[in-house]
Amino acid sequence: MVKLTVNGVALEVPENTTLLEAAKLAGTPVPSLCYWKGLNEIGACRVCVVEVEGIDKLVTACNNPVQEGMVVHTNSPRVRSARRTNLRLILSQHDCQCAFCVRSGNCELQKMAMEANLLYIPYPIDIRKSQWDRSAPLIRQESKCIKCMRCIQVCDKIQSLNIWDVAGTGSRVSVNVSHNRTIREADCAFCGQCVTHCPTAALRERDDTEPVLDALADPEITTVVQVAPAVRVAWAEQFGLTPGPETTGRMVTALKRLGFDYVFDTNFGADLTIMEEGSEFVERFTHREDYAWPMFTSCCPGWVRFVKSNYPEFTDNLSTAKSPQQMFGAVAKSYFAEKIGVDPHKIKVISIMPCLAKKEEAALEPLRDACGDPDVDIVLTTREFVRMVRSDHIQVENLPESAFDSPLGTSTGAAVVFGATGGVMDAALRSAYYLITGRNPNADTFRAVRGMDNGTWKEAAFNIPGAGVVRVAVVSSLGRTRKLLEALRRGDVHYDFVEVMACPGGCAGGGGQPIVDGVEMAEYRGSALWELDKGERVRFSHENEDVRTLYRDYLEKPCGQRSHHLLHTDHHAWQMPPAPPRET
Amino acid sequence: MSRLDIKTPDRAQMVVEQLYHDMERRIAASPPGLCPVDMALNFLNLCHAQTCGKCVPCRVGLAQLSTLLTDVLDGRAKPRHMQIIADTARSIEETASCAIGQHAAQLVLNGLKGFADDYWEHINHHRCLGSLENPVPCVALCPAGVDIPGYIALIRAGRSADAVRLIRKDNPFPVACAYICEHPCEARCRRNMIDDAMNIRGLKRYAVDTAGDVPQPLCAEPTGKRVAIIGGGPGGLSAAYYLALMGHEVTVYEKRRQLGGMLRYGIPSYRFPREKLDREIDSILSLGITVHTQVDVGKDIPFEEVRRQYDSVYISIGAQTDKKTGIPGEESQGVISAVEMLREIGDNELPDFAGKRVVVIGGGNVAMDVTRSAVRLGAEKVTCVYRRRQVDMTAMPEEVEGAVAEGVELLTLVAPVRIEADEEGRAAALWVQPQMPGEIRSGRPAPKAADQPEVRVPADVIVVAIGQGIETRTFEHAGIPIHRGTIEALSDSTLNKADMAGVYAGGDCVTGPASAIKAIAAGKVAAANIDEYLGFRHEITVDVDIPDPDLSDRMPHGRVNTTEREAAERKHDFVCIECGLTEQGAMEESARCLRCDHFGYGIFKGGRKEKW
Repeated sequence: MVKLTVNGVALEVPENTTLLEAAKLAGTPVPSLCYWKGLNEIGACRVCVVEVEGIDKLVTACNNPVQEGMVVHTNSPRVRSARRTNLRLILSQHDCQCAFCVRSGNCELQKMAMEANLLYIPYPIDIRKSQWDRSAPLIRQESKCIKCMRCIQVCDKIQSLNIWDVAGTGSRVSVNVSHNRTIREADCAFCGQCVTHCPTAALRERDDTEPVLDALADPEITTVVQVAPAVRVAWAEQFGLTPGPETTGRMVTALKRLGFDYVFDTNFGADLTIMEEGSEFVERFTHREDYAWPMFTSCCPGWVRFVKSNYPEFTDNLSTAKSPQQMFGAVAKSYFAEKIGVDPHKIKVISIMPCLAKKEEAALEPLRDACGDPDVDIVLTTREFVRMVRSDHIQVENLPESAFDSPLGTSTGAAVVFGATGGVMDAALRSAYYLITGRNPNADTFRAVRGMDNGTWKEAAFNIPGAGVVRVAVVSSLGRTRKLLEALRRGDVHYDFVEVMACPGGCAGGGGQPIVDGVEMAEYRGSALWELDKGERVRFSHENEDVRTLYRDYLEKPCGQRSHHLLHTDHHAWQMPPAPPRET
Repeated sequence: MSRLDIKTPDRAQMVVEQLYHDMERRIAASPPGLCPVDMALNFLNLCHAQTCGKCVPCRVGLAQLSTLLTDVLDGRAKPRHMQIIADTARSIEETASCAIGQHAAQLVLNGLKGFADDYWEHINHHRCLGSLENPVPCVALCPAGVDIPGYIALIRAGRSADAVRLIRKDNPFPVACAYICEHPCEARCRRNMIDDAMNIRGLKRYAVDTAGDVPQPLCAEPTGKRVAIIGGGPGGLSAAYYLALMGHEVTVYEKRRQLGGMLRYGIPSYRFPREKLDREIDSILSLGITVHTQVDVGKDIPFEEVRRQYDSVYISIGAQTDKKTGIPGEESQGVISAVEMLREIGDNELPDFAGKRVVVIGGGNVAMDVTRSAVRLGAEKVTCVYRRRQVDMTAMPEEVEGAVAEGVELLTLVAPVRIEADEEGRAAALWVQPQMPGEIRSGRPAPKAADQPEVRVPADVIVVAIGQGIETRTFEHAGIPIHRGTIEALSDSTLNKADMAGVYAGGDCVTGPASAIKAIAAGKVAAANIDEYLGFRHEITVDVDIPDPDLSDRMPHGRVNTTEREAAERKHDFVCIECGLTEQGAMEESARCLRCDHFGYGIFKGGRKEKW
């Protein structure tokens, strides 16, 4: 333990406590801007400086540990003045038109400026611009960037993709796509982790709410909305609600009030995915020599982009099953369109996803299997959905609950866990077990694959009577995925089935989710999903009644001819920019 | 009003003078990787501030150039701007009345030629090619990438043995480098911005002198692969060291009687004590490296045979042959080459120069080594003859100063013309033609003959120290690619030739005569790539934790230099000249380190490569 004084308050704190943490304990937290614990402790913004007696210069609180006997002042005249000066300098190069900024109200810079009670900036305003391809799902605005470098760090350290880098030198230093590439030339997974770690609106998703409003306004168009599992446990955070079954019900009501004709659930697509992918796995597992091993899940488009660009030799290991979003779209514009007797060209399928990569996935040329139009027309992130709810002034806290529409709104506990790391694997194993043995396992048999992985990946082996031991691995975040793929490539590990999610913790921590600065929300949201699974009456995808009906009336059987056409895809049918050579 | 006044600088002038000095040091501390266009613009603005404003080209022209360069950097320039910049600069150069304008324009013109790519990248793509690849200047400039801030922090913490272990991760010759490294690491030390560069080599010497015996790490599991190293100098032994650590079976072939290459046969023991070299080589060999001395590959055993016997071969034969002046009389008795002389000294066969007049031709470090050795061998008079001025000598200034202190005569601005021999064919004198500095070519004035008669410099011994060459013949016959007298190898040490897979080369034999640290770095590169070639990816790492930097203010503080033994005493022996830092000196000096591995860019882009 270390004894010190902060603003006259005597403290005793564990060694390696930072001055930032100590100041908080003393009841006078120090504001910080670029800092993100464990990720970005580089002391770049210099607004967290404090005065330490005996040291001439001011000291950054975020990345300096306490020392025995330190006497610290966090609000001395020098500190006040320095903090305000640095804040004003940052603001002098920031586009402060907050009124029409997506991060207004959830911006660290805006918050700090407000707290600092700044009435003017004595410096000339110097706002810089740069070029950006606005068609990309990921948008960067130089004028909003405060060069905190968090995006670089999260992409380097967590995702290992190094898409961002410092660009230029001297007074023109900025952040841009590394190796002087454009974002379209880069092997960006569009995971969006840089967006959820950005303190301002320098990085954001492409806003697609306008075309959604247009579709809703068009009387000729039937709007079908699907909502990904992870959205239901996150969307209401910014309205102050804790996730649970009610937030799902309220979300359905909110979507209906926005005017969607049919409010469906991507969970239906997830159950369908399990039927297809589970059957595909059983087929591969029982004809081992015909396939490349292990089989990889394919529902995460960030991961698919990653493997195609960084480890193309593993592309054939991907399950050919489409992602739940795309399965849903294909079914909506075929089976469902027939069912309601509407021309599929007059249907707009809109997805609400915790993800930026889903926007790009929906736009892929090959994914137009139902009627020739894109199977999914527009993808909104959770954040865009929240913004639509806000602008319609829907009072979320007073909303009644409603159920999803039928038939594409029916789902099981196995589907809802798709939003958490381990969920796809867990759900797939539940049904694979059934497909092989003809009977259900206990729904919690495969719990070893659940929850956040610590540092590397999770692995487990399950004996399925009649088939033998199935060796599985579950990994989330592309940095850990890279480690897993390197181990597979070296032959250090051997698995039969591997689940990969690009974002740490899976979709719960997705790049399209609401932004809570400084906090990784994946674990919290993920546990809420596992709770929803427990509360479900049906916890096996193969017991989804409406999925069964779909097979009986339309698709015939998993991996059959029609499902192959609608629900599977060729991962070689489109190209990714190759990854640049990297130091290993 | 008085008729005349004594000029006394006012306070503002004195402060500005100080700022000029501060700026000089600051420029010295520029990190590698800055945008050259940006630097050109800022130098141009400095030049413009110096203008008196009388003439149009300088007053207005430099301002417009500055605007144009700013447009380039801000992405506002069009392709035609390049021509406008060039035309304007040329016009200023031709029409400015004095050097202030002329040379400012030249600076811009040189840049247009020298870094046109950078200009075009800004104009066409609004992007910059500059980037700070390595955030720590000293580490960036050390060819071997030694973790300098790390070992300085360890020295400060009293952990010299750990400092040695940390250095060995990237350089198996901490002792040799502690004594003789040319310390390129110090050149851009950020501490220059405050007062003066860190005394990095001095601190390293303190570490190796106080570390005691530091055992080597354990080697990896044997791989069963065999690697031959041809040439047991610092480069070859470095490759051998890391390959042995990686578990490969290494054999070193050395032509001479002993290992060490130029560390033994080039550097006199008064700079690097022989017993320290022996101990360092023994330590490296303790990893289990097989050595065959007095085996000349190509003569005693064909190169092809070595290739057959081993899975991979590293050629590190150095630059061991002498260069001739080509002047008449060079074949006279008593004319020897520096290489020859230092080689004999290396094998402890000391020539007797007692009572002799020795003349050394050359101005590089080797010339200083033979000059100062000649003093120690009892020469009556030693004269160093050099074509240019003393400031143009390529030898390190401290070497030249040391030689002068030991009583050496420097005869500069004279070019050797011929050697006069007596009837028995023994050298009697060197005739030289006085020179004067001429036009500046590649940074130094080229000497030209002065209108003065030739001068006779009486001599009993003449030592030629004008450079070294590489013994390439036998390797050329074996099919090794040779270009302009050096082995042609790529930056990964491979030979760019299909039938030479598995053969690597590096060090002086590839680059021409360079420095020990460059050879060591080449050996390290070769080891990594040979390991990879053999199908492995062993990691070299060390488990030494680096102390956190303290927050104390880095107040200006003089650099603590090492000292030397008194000239009158040291010139009689081959005992080490340099006195290492005292504990007090090392503690104060190590406290000056700015810890660029942590502060500034280091904490962001990683000030440390923990493994390779």
